[in-house]
Amino acid sequence: MSTIEDFRRETRAWLEANCPPSMRTPMPEGELVWGGREVAFETEDQRLWFARMRDKGWFCPDWPVAYGGGGLTPEQTAVLEAEMRRLRCRPPQINLGIWMLGPVILEFGTEEQKRQLLPPMARGEIRWCQGFSEPNAGSDLASLKTGAVDAGDHFVVNGTKIWTSYGDKSDWMYMLVRTDPDAPKQQGISLLVVDMRSPGIEAKPIDLISGKSSFCQVFFDDVKVPKGQLIGPLDGGWTLAKALLQHERRAMSKFGELSLPTRFDLLSIVGRYLPPPASSSPADVVLRQRACAMAMDEMAYSLSAQRMGEEMRAGRDVSGLMSIMKLVHSEQEKDKFEVLLDVLGHRALGWEGEAFEAQELALARAWLGSFAQTIAGGSSEVQLNVIAKRVLELPEGNAGRQGK
Amino acid sequence: MSLVYSEEQQLLADTAAEFLMAKSPVAAQRALRDAGAAEGFDAALWREIVDMGWSAIPFPESLGGLAFGCKGLGAVFEQIGRKLSASPLLSSVVLGGAVIELAGTEAQQAEWMAALIGGGKRIALAVDEQPRHDPAGIALRAESNAGGYLLNGSKTFVADGIGADAYVVAARSAGRPGERAGISLFLVPADAPGLRMSPMRMLDSRNHAVLALDGVQIGADALLGAAGEGFDVLDAALDRGRVCLAAELLGASQALLDMTVEYLKTRVQFDVPIGSFQALQHRAAWCHAHQELARSAVMAGLAALDDPALDGAARARLASLAKWKAGDAAHRISREAVQMHGGMGVTDELDVGLFLKRIRVAQACLGDGDFHVQRYGELGTAED
Repeated sequence: MSTIEDFRRETRAWLEANCPPSMRTPMPEGELVWGGREVAFETEDQRLWFARMRDKGWFCPDWPVAYGGGGLTPEQTAVLEAEMRRLRCRPPQINLGIWMLGPVILEFGTEEQKRQLLPPMARGEIRWCQGFSEPNAGSDLASLKTGAVDAGDHFVVNGTKIWTSYGDKSDWMYMLVRTDPDAPKQQGISLLVVDMRSPGIEAKPIDLISGKSSFCQVFFDDVKVPKGQLIGPLDGGWTLAKALLQHERRAMSKFGELSLPTRFDLLSIVGRYLPPPASSSPADVVLRQRACAMAMDEMAYSLSAQRMGEEMRAGRDVSGLMSIMKLVHSEQEKDKFEVLLDVLGHRALGWEGEAFEAQELALARAWLGSFAQTIAGGSSEVQLNVIAKRVLELPEGNAGRQGK
Repeated sequence: MSLVYSEEQQLLADTAAEFLMAKSPVAAQRALRDAGAAEGFDAALWREIVDMGWSAIPFPESLGGLAFGCKGLGAVFEQIGRKLSASPLLSSVVLGGAVIELAGTEAQQAEWMAALIGGGKRIALAVDEQPRHDPAGIALRAESNAGGYLLNGSKTFVADGIGADAYVVAARSAGRPGERAGISLFLVPADAPGLRMSPMRMLDSRNHAVLALDGVQIGADALLGAAGEGFDVLDAALDRGRVCLAAELLGASQALLDMTVEYLKTRVQFDVPIGSFQALQHRAAWCHAHQELARSAVMAGLAALDDPALDGAARARLASLAKWKAGDAAHRISREAVQMHGGMGVTDELDVGLFLKRIRVAQACLGDGDFHVQRYGELGTAED
């Protein structure tokens, strides 16, 4: 009678039988599996888990079966996610396409696009990257200039995208292009999907202050893109971009729930590098107290991620909470590394070589890396604008600002 | 451990909000202050609160309670905070009641639980002796003698100590101040010879008292729990109080933030609402962010109190997290609220000042931020 309970039982049994034990352990960041044409597995268990979930259609459980999805109802999807959390199953793959672009194609794409683009995505065969930011269009995304000119049966794309994560390792890109240079800036933008093997595309990795990074700059030189790869209406891409960013926030929150083990646990590092309280100097005591307060703020953040998941499942409005997550996490990370640098003293200032332990070197890089976090994916200032406008509903200022 | 209110708990919160809006608006607290009410609360309101059953919420049915859990109680305290509503719910029911529930003998429970729940009597918890909260630092002496115990020393910052029928006095029966072992808890009638109570008029116009115990002789049956082993019960009772007070702080800072955001939308300078200035928008947005973090911490603290599966250290850590973060958010928000209200923010006419004062006192009560940060760290290290 209670079919959802039957589904829960079946799902639990299936996961228990099919999710290898090694795929139920916390996942180090290096062991993420990225779907794509050349998906790489480090272990046989990773491959098995990937294949089994793929064959169930459970990479995208709530998509229609016709497009390669699992055909589950929202209720069943919630049960599947809950059961996966319960068993601590790792996500079988990370795929921006499924989490962000897929829902937009489902909503705005033509039937032909759905049949062409969604099934390979659902099988984890395509690795997607996102082409939004440009050198002169960062926080002010709508001022983007990369152009797509109508050339009959195709567009010709010229320009450049920057801060494209894994631009050099991805198979396809979804990108915002300017299709009407004369329209007001938010109205002349369209969304295209582009095969990264198209002639005229070059992706160059960007070195950061922290060293090598996954970010690329991607150059487009007379790249031909068939008209059928325009998603949604011509010049109507801004609406789709906003939808994508909303899916991004949802994906990030899902990602947050995966609870990647923190690489630098404040209190255990304090325990290792600071003298025990009994033999602490006043400065040590102050530092210990700072580190502890930081760990508490981190805890408040992770409890917030948990609360957001619960409130969402309970069908409550979480927009106010969701709006702070990126801001708080990235700012906390920056503050945390500053405290850790103080705790480790010069041990945290190594660049490379034998004089330092691997974790010490990693910490120095992570500190430098943390600066990017409050800039990428909507700077902290943009996040604050969004909270002020959308959550607190404060009045618009006179300058035309982002975050409406 | 769930971090959201259940439907029943939410219903209780809504009922509480409605009741307090009608019976205990902020204006009522202002009137109590202006009247100089010594007890700091309205006895008639307290009667109604008891009649609604709020005082029975946290206790098991065997003791005459509703067994509705601390999360339900937290939902009420959040609404109490929004209206700055004063009552002995925290002092007598949450703190006093917890000690009787956790350490009282059957006879003590029979004598006190029904009276506390029914509001017929009040108990106040006397812990602090120094300017800053330090439950292990108790120096007040308890010497055992033929008649029971002789108490000598003093207590301060005793919440709702004025007009209480009895005090739970934390005393040192062995060891030295700073040690957890050697602390004993005693139920001391307010009219015990040698006990002198004097009021402390504080910023928040609430009921606070100083107790001087000068050779107070009490019987052996006044002892709550085992002699010299009172710290754990005391700490568990304090944690209930800390989390409920954190919920009160959460409600106070939410009300203050709402009030301030509303002001930013309506106050016009330079021909525009001041809320259109980005300098103020970003600060207000940060207030919102800290308020959300505080809410998660408070919900976790409340859930931890109700979760029998947690070990004591984990529960204590979450209680400290809740009190610290709720105090932190309320502190930030109250400072911004005064500044953003400009000149009006420093006038007594606005309610902002009432919130500022209550929040500052509640921050210091049952352990300030520094106390709880240290405690969180020590509990974490002890665990590893």
